Amino acid sequence: MTARTSDHSQPITVAISGSGGSGALTAGSILLAAAQRCGRYGLMMRAAGPQVRGGESVAILRIGPTPVTNIGDRVDLLAALDWRNIERFVDELPLDSDSLILFDPDSGPVPDPIAASGAEQSGVRFANEAKAQPEGRANMVAVGVVGSAIGLSLTALSDAANEILANKSVETVRATQACITAGYPKPALAAETVPTRSAKRRWRLSGNAAAGLGALRAGVDFVAAYPITPASEMLEWLAPRLEHTGGNLVQAEDELAAVSMLVGASFGGVPTLTATSGPGLSLMTEGIGLAVASETPIVVVDVARGGPSTGLPTKSEQADLDQALYGLHGDAPHLVLAPLDVGDCAFTTEWASRLAERLQTAAIVLSDQALGQTRAVIDPPAAAPPVPGRKRVDQDRAEQSPGTAGTAGTAEERPAKTAFARYRQSADGISPMSIPGEAGLTYTADGLAHDERGTPSSNAAHHRAQLAKLADKLNGHDYGDAWARRDCGDDYTHRNGSRPISLVTWGSSWGAVQEAAMRLREQGVAVQTIALRLLAPLQHEAMRRALADSGVLVVEINASGQLFRYLHAERVLPSAARSFARPGPLPLRPAEVLDSVRQLFGPPELERTEAAAISDAGSSRRLGGQA
Amino acid sequence: MTATTTPTLRARDYLSDIKPIWCPGCGHFGVLSALTKALAYLERPKEDIAVISGIGCSSRLPAYLDCYGFHGLHGRALPLATGLKVARPDLTVIVAGGDGDGFSIGGNHFLHACRRNIDLCYIVMDNAVYGMTKGQASPTTPPDWTRSPLTPNGPGIPVFRPAAIALAAGASFIARGFSGDPHGLSELVARAILHPGFAFVHVLSPCRTFRPDDQSDWKQGVHPFTDRARSDAEAVPALRVDDDGMGIGVLHEADPTAHSGPKDTPADTDRAAAIDRIEAELEV
Repeated sequence: MTARTSDHSQPITVAISGSGGSGALTAGSILLAAAQRCGRYGLMMRAAGPQVRGGESVAILRIGPTPVTNIGDRVDLLAALDWRNIERFVDELPLDSDSLILFDPDSGPVPDPIAASGAEQSGVRFANEAKAQPEGRANMVAVGVVGSAIGLSLTALSDAANEILANKSVETVRATQACITAGYPKPALAAETVPTRSAKRRWRLSGNAAAGLGALRAGVDFVAAYPITPASEMLEWLAPRLEHTGGNLVQAEDELAAVSMLVGASFGGVPTLTATSGPGLSLMTEGIGLAVASETPIVVVDVARGGPSTGLPTKSEQADLDQALYGLHGDAPHLVLAPLDVGDCAFTTEWASRLAERLQTAAIVLSDQALGQTRAVIDPPAAAPPVPGRKRVDQDRAEQSPGTAGTAGTAEERPAKTAFARYRQSADGISPMSIPGEAGLTYTADGLAHDERGTPSSNAAHHRAQLAKLADKLNGHDYGDAWARRDCGDDYTHRNGSRPISLVTWGSSWGAVQEAAMRLREQGVAVQTIALRLLAPLQHEAMRRALADSGVLVVEINASGQLFRYLHAERVLPSAARSFARPGPLPLRPAEVLDSVRQLFGPPELERTEAAAISDAGSSRRLGGQA
Repeated sequence: MTATTTPTLRARDYLSDIKPIWCPGCGHFGVLSALTKALAYLERPKEDIAVISGIGCSSRLPAYLDCYGFHGLHGRALPLATGLKVARPDLTVIVAGGDGDGFSIGGNHFLHACRRNIDLCYIVMDNAVYGMTKGQASPTTPPDWTRSPLTPNGPGIPVFRPAAIALAAGASFIARGFSGDPHGLSELVARAILHPGFAFVHVLSPCRTFRPDDQSDWKQGVHPFTDRARSDAEAVPALRVDDDGMGIGVLHEADPTAHSGPKDTPADTDRAAAIDRIEAELEV
C-alpha cells in the first residue's frame, strides 16, 4: 500500500465502483459502519445513474481520525469491481499519480479515462477470490481488501457486515464473512494496528435522517408530504418513528395538499413539517404564503437538487436560495435557514421548528442532496437553542393588562359573540394564538388582509399594521449566536496593515470552505469562515461587524451567485467583496476554494502582496470589483 | 364549562357578528342558516367546531360563524381540513366552498378526500358560476351558457357531475340539498356531520346576480331523489342514469365499516424516552 493509505492520522478518500448488482454501495455502507466501530469519523456520498433499480454506481467515502466535513479534493484509493460505464464517473473520481487503483484484471485493463490519471494500478482478482466461497461476492472481498488498507479491524468489518446485512439470509451473511476475511490480508500484512475504540459515542446517519431527528426533537407531531427525490428518505425515516412519538404522517396527493395539510394541523395546535425538493417547493409556495399571512407556523425542508425545472433529481446544487428568499408573492417575511453539515441538519431543523412556532410563521430549511443523502459518522449533534413556544392566550394575558385579549363566555350567561383579537398588535409583534377547543377564543384565520380579529379588511391602515407586525416579529427576535457558524482560527488578526480574509458561505458548502480555511492558516494566512445558518432575517449588524476590514469571498454552489447577490442587496458586504459561485452537481472541494482565494487575493505570500497593494493608491485596491 | 351549566345554544348563537358580503337573494344565506340549525340540533360546543374554506363567495362562510374557522387558499380547503382533522380528531371539522373551488382548482383534492375517507363534512354551494370574479363559467356551468365574456360561445364542455364523481372516487356519504329548503338541508348537513367518514353535501345554491334567468326555476325543479340502487355495485350506474342533478336527499350512504380514518394515536406517552430510543439506534 502507498504511504498515503497507511497513514491513519490523515483523512483518506476511497471509492468503490461497480456496475448494476455489483453491490458497490453495500460495500461502502459496511466500510462506513466499520469506521464508526473503529472510532473514526467519516462520510459516504454515492454517485449513481438515473436508474430506478441497479445500474452502475460509486460509493465515495472519506474516513478520518477527526470530524470529516467534506469529501476532499481527490480519491486516494479506487476499488473497481468491474469497468462497465465507469466513464460516467470520471468527473466524480479525481484520481492522480498518488492514487492507487485496485481492479479486477479478469474484467479487463484499466480504461483510458481512468488510467490517464497516472494512478498506480494493482490487480486484485475480487471475483475469482469470491468464487472460492459458496455464494461469495466480489464486493465483500473488496470490503476486506479496502478495509484493511485504511486500517479498519477485521472485527469491525465483520460486525458492520452483520449489521448492514441484518435482513439477509444466514447463508448470505456467512458467505459475506468468508469473503471479507479472504480479502483481508494475512496478519503480517494487516493493518490491524489501529485498535477498535468504543469509548466515544458516535452516530452514523444521513442528513435526511438527522433533519427528521431535529423535527422529532422540536416536537413535530404532524408531517404531510408528497414523495420526491432526494427528500423521500427523510419522510421514510420519520414515518415509523412518528408512530413511536405519537405523531401522524399523511402521504398527500400532491405538494399543494401537503402544505395545506400542515397549515390545518398547525392551526389545530400541532407543530408541523414537510420535506420536499425544488419542484415541490414551487408548488408549495402559495401555501407557505398562507402560513405567513395567517401567522400559522409550518416548516418546509427543501432537500435541494440541481435545477431549474426537473433538473438533476439525484444530484446536488444550492440553487433554491433565491426562491426560498423571494418566492412568495406580496411582502411575506418568513424564516430561511440552512444546515451546514450532516449533523447540523438536526440542529437547524429543530431550531427552525422552534422559531416558526414562536414567531407564528413559515420556515424554509434549505438542505440539499449533498447533505440529505450523505451518510456520515459524526459526534451526536447538539440540541438547538431553547426558544419559547407559541404565545398562548394565558401567557399573553400575563404580559398585558387584563381584559384586552378577548372575552370568554361565562357559565351563567349565554355566551356572547366572541371578539377575540387573534391578530392583536403587541410589543414584540407576536399575537396571542388560541387553538380550537379553547372556549371563548374562537376566530377565523385568514389569508385575506385582515384586522386584529382576523376579519377580512381592505382598509389601508389594517394592511399597513399587518405588514409591520409580520416584519417586526421576525426582526425583533433575538436569534443569539446560532445565526452563523463562525470560525476565526487562532490568529485572525490584522497584521502590518494587511487585511485578513473572510470566507462567507452557507449550507452544505461549509465543509469544503472550512477545510480550505484550515489549509490557508497552515500557510500563515489570516482567515475566518462565516457560514450562514439563518439566511432570513439576515443579521445585518452582526454580519457587518464580523466582516469588518476583511477581504471577503462568498462561496456557494450555484451558477449566479445567489448568496452573493443577496448579501450585496442587503448591504452587508464591502463593495470589494468577491464571489466564487459555480453550478453543481459536483461536490465543492477545498482545492477549488483555495484556487479561488489565490486568484482573487494573490499567491501564498498573500499578506505581503496584500499589504503592498493596500499601501498603493486607494483606487487600485486588489479586492476591487465583482468577480 | 361543564355540561350541567352549558346553556342550550340556539341556531343564531352560532352566528358571529360579521355581516355577510353576499348579494341579496343569494342562496348561500340558506346554507348558513341550515348549518347553524344543524349545529344547534347536534348541540356541538362552538369551540369544538372548525369550519374550513377556500376562496369564493361561499368560502366566506367561516367568518360568519362564531366557531373556529380558516379561510385559506383557493381550492385547498379539503387538504387543510384533512390536516386539522388528522391532528385533532376530537374536533368537528366542516368544509365549505363553491363549485369552482371544489371541482375545478381543487378537483384533485376532492377525489382524494373521497377516497381517503377522513371524517369531514364537505358542503359545496354549487351555483354553477364564478361569482367573486364576476361571472365566469364553472365546471358545473352548462356548455351552452354564453353570458360570460370569457367564454362568449359558452364553455363548450360537458358539466362536471359532482355526485357521480364522488361516488366513483369512493365517498361514503353523498347527499344533495337545496338552499331554498333550509330545513331539509339542515337535516342532510346534520346527517353528514354524524357520518363517521367523508360526507359530501352538494347544495344547489342559486346565484341571483350572475345566473338570474336560468336558476330561478330551481325551486320548481328540485324533487326527492329516488334511489333504485340495490347495492354499492349498482350505485354508480344508478347515479348516472337516475340523477338529473336536481334530486334532493341522501344519494349514497356506504357501510360505515368501510370507513378508514386516521390511525389511532399510539399509547406511547413518554415522548422523551421514545426519542432517546430513536437516538440510540444511531450508535453502534
